[in-house]
Amino acid sequence: MIVVGSHNIISSLGFGSDANLKNVISGVTGIKQHLNHSLSDSPVQASIIDDSEINSACEKLNGLDGFSKLEKLVILSVNEIIKDIDVSSPQTGLLLSTTKGNIEYLSKNSSDEGARLDFMAQKIARYFGFVSTPHVISNACISGVAAFVVAKRLIDAGFYESIVIVGADVLSKFIVSGFQSFQSLSTEPCKPFDINRNGLSLGEAVASVVLHKVISAKPGDVEIVSGAIQNDANHISGPSRTGEGLYRAIKNTLLNQNKPDFICAHGTATLYNDDMESQAIERAGLSEVPVFGLKGNYGHTLGAAGVLETIISVQLLRKNLILGTKGLDKLGVVASIKVGKENRSTPLTGVLKLMSGFGGCNAAVYLKKYE
Amino acid sequence: MNSVAIVKEVIISNGIVLINNQEFFSDDSVEEDSFLKLLYKKLELKYSKFYKMDVLSKLGFLSVELLLNGERIKTESGETAIVFANRSSSLYTDIEYQKSIDEIPSPSVFVYTLPNIVIGEICIRHKFYGENMFFVQEKYDKKFLINYVSTLFRTTETKNAIVGWLEVDVDGNYNAEIMLCKKI
Repeated sequence: MIVVGSHNIISSLGFGSDANLKNVISGVTGIKQHLNHSLSDSPVQASIIDDSEINSACEKLNGLDGFSKLEKLVILSVNEIIKDIDVSSPQTGLLLSTTKGNIEYLSKNSSDEGARLDFMAQKIARYFGFVSTPHVISNACISGVAAFVVAKRLIDAGFYESIVIVGADVLSKFIVSGFQSFQSLSTEPCKPFDINRNGLSLGEAVASVVLHKVISAKPGDVEIVSGAIQNDANHISGPSRTGEGLYRAIKNTLLNQNKPDFICAHGTATLYNDDMESQAIERAGLSEVPVFGLKGNYGHTLGAAGVLETIISVQLLRKNLILGTKGLDKLGVVASIKVGKENRSTPLTGVLKLMSGFGGCNAAVYLKKYE
Repeated sequence: MNSVAIVKEVIISNGIVLINNQEFFSDDSVEEDSFLKLLYKKLELKYSKFYKMDVLSKLGFLSVELLLNGERIKTESGETAIVFANRSSSLYTDIEYQKSIDEIPSPSVFVYTLPNIVIGEICIRHKFYGENMFFVQEKYDKKFLINYVSTLFRTTETKNAIVGWLEVDVDGNYNAEIMLCKKI
């Protein structure tokens, strides 16, 4: 079986998984208004990692000159989780989940090479001395959860003993202007599943985790049980109204499994996404299962989101705590789902993590805790 | 590994189309967009969305049309997976979008700045709800992709997989090498 090992999160809510968990439990949001002309000529609601904090964290490490902000963050994060694994083994894999990587290089008129995702993954692999070829998973917003599903499949099939997953994206004018052009950005910090939600907030984060193959689980271990990645076959930039792909991803993920105790939704706070998710959850017979979302704390952190939100979910499983959804005031989605405003302690065993994205893609992963 | 049978291959590169290594079509207009539009006309397709697609999506769309022509593949189902890889992700379109940012950023270009959009286009065309994956890798690691497909055949409802390399580089050079794989 495959279990979750060390993990790390770097975001506007802190450096380290524990700092991040503490802040989301306290209902802190990292989203605030920024007027930064390198991102947009108009104010943007976003959760952004402070440059001075990155620079002071980097002082601990050597050889980071010539690395981009995103690469530095990836190195800072991965450095925290690989102490117990052998990166020089070909049985140790590296999966980088990102949507736009170093896309900022395109605006600097430097060579296109720096913006290549394969090039970035190799730089990271070389920095740490990974000998296996790194793989980049770039499947829009589902990338992070898709990386868990792919890693599980590759370890199960014997291609690797352990895999380091790192999800990473930072904001750029490229990304901000794109979401602005779709008119999908909220004017206030986003309000997932709320009746008055009017769009998403963007965020930046890096999150990393090691997945290990083990013979048997110890108490407290969290297993990656199952997962699926399915398409809506409906539209490239809007979700299916019936939630077809996400419904299928949930159904295939939970085949032969118990109902999860809670669901960590995608919950971007766009009108269509949250309605679609409610449809898929209801169709899958999970209307009674508590749902929460983290976009109100972090914004949409793109390629990092699936990794970050799954790590938080694993920590909540261990704490037997279901979070209220930051930004939610009055629930208002088309189908019947249970999303709350308050945190609630209750015994937890299984969590379902959902993601959906451009290209009509949807991913689900189911994780289970051992007592 | 032995659960994967490769039943058909399509290559589109530099003005030539090969199906199972036999030349199907070639033209001197190797420049990406004009060649792919000629190929579209040659195939007598009626799918107006084709003209809205970026080059990577046009390339993938046409490759898959050729790959599935004459094959009996169930639509409206989750049994066909699509697993692609390339080196340059969506950089060719990223560069086009980057140029538009300071004028009027276009949502219809922005949406193609993700490599998996081509998979979405193919799923819409053929009503495939199945497994999706887009890997970015330095060079075509065919063995890795087939290994991944073998895991889909063993552990999911996948019975067919459209698999391979789908690359448009920053200069617009295009290269598709895709296979239809079946579970055995």
